[in-house]
Amino acid sequence: MTNVDLDCKGLNCPMPIVKISRAMKELQTGTTLTVTASDPSFKADVEAWVRKMNQKLTSFSDIDGIQTAVIEKVN
Amino acid sequence: MVSKQPLLKKLTDMSDNITISQSELIALVNQLVDQKVNARLADIEASLKSIQGTVGTLSENCPEDRATLVVFSGEMDTLFAAFTIAVGAASMGMEVSMFFTFWGLTALRKDKTYSGKTVGEKMVAMMLPNGPHAVPTSRMNMAGMGPLFFKYLMAQRNIESLPNMIALTQELGIKMVACEMSMGVMGVTRAELLDDIDYGGVATYLGDAAKSKITLFV
Repeated sequence: MTNVDLDCKGLNCPMPIVKISRAMKELQTGTTLTVTASDPSFKADVEAWVRKMNQKLTSFSDIDGIQTAVIEKVN
Repeated sequence: MVSKQPLLKKLTDMSDNITISQSELIALVNQLVDQKVNARLADIEASLKSIQGTVGTLSENCPEDRATLVVFSGEMDTLFAAFTIAVGAASMGMEVSMFFTFWGLTALRKDKTYSGKTVGEKMVAMMLPNGPHAVPTSRMNMAGMGPLFFKYLMAQRNIESLPNMIALTQELGIKMVACEMSMGVMGVTRAELLDDIDYGGVATYLGDAAKSKITLFV
């Protein structure tokens, strides 16, 4: 499966969501986007974004505040 | 039953004498089938039309995936909140309209002119900030020290500046509408505001707000 990485570390609300939205528009269905972020609201925001946009959050991890979300483009 | 039997016999005898070709029979059957089908189709078409009408009315009244914001205040923090919500909504796939009225017009100001204005308009222009880079904060303004302090704090935390957020709003194709009535009151001209924005009145706002899932007054 093709994957694209997106670094949002150091960015604050709403920029990670803005960048995810832009990156996902460029992706083909079935591709994944791996986003790394340090924004404390990132988990809540990315979950809400995925729900609203009918995409799929494949995995989420948080290691010492560096969060990694894998989003699959299903729509 | 007894009385019908002679009639049945008569009919059977008659039918023996009627000669009909196969093609004539097929044509007759086809004609009868067409008549029946057309009669039924007319009913179905009529009910389809009425359903289409109902669906049309429903979708006209159904809210779109749209957010509408009235931007009334003109301080750094309130404007920042308004633009953050607008940019967030656009990033979540929503159509966004922002209506700028009274103090909110400052967010759209690119420069300030005095020529051709009445004395009153010149006075208002003098008292209004030059643009979004020069707006006060709603609290802790401290004669202009507050905004400097907040700008420093925001830069330190790598938070977008208000002018950057406004630029992003335009980049994302968010509809920005300046209220003509308040522009008149404040003596703001179109030449002083950003290019590529729309102009309108309360009906423009209400038209969009009526179709929105979210509408906010900031």
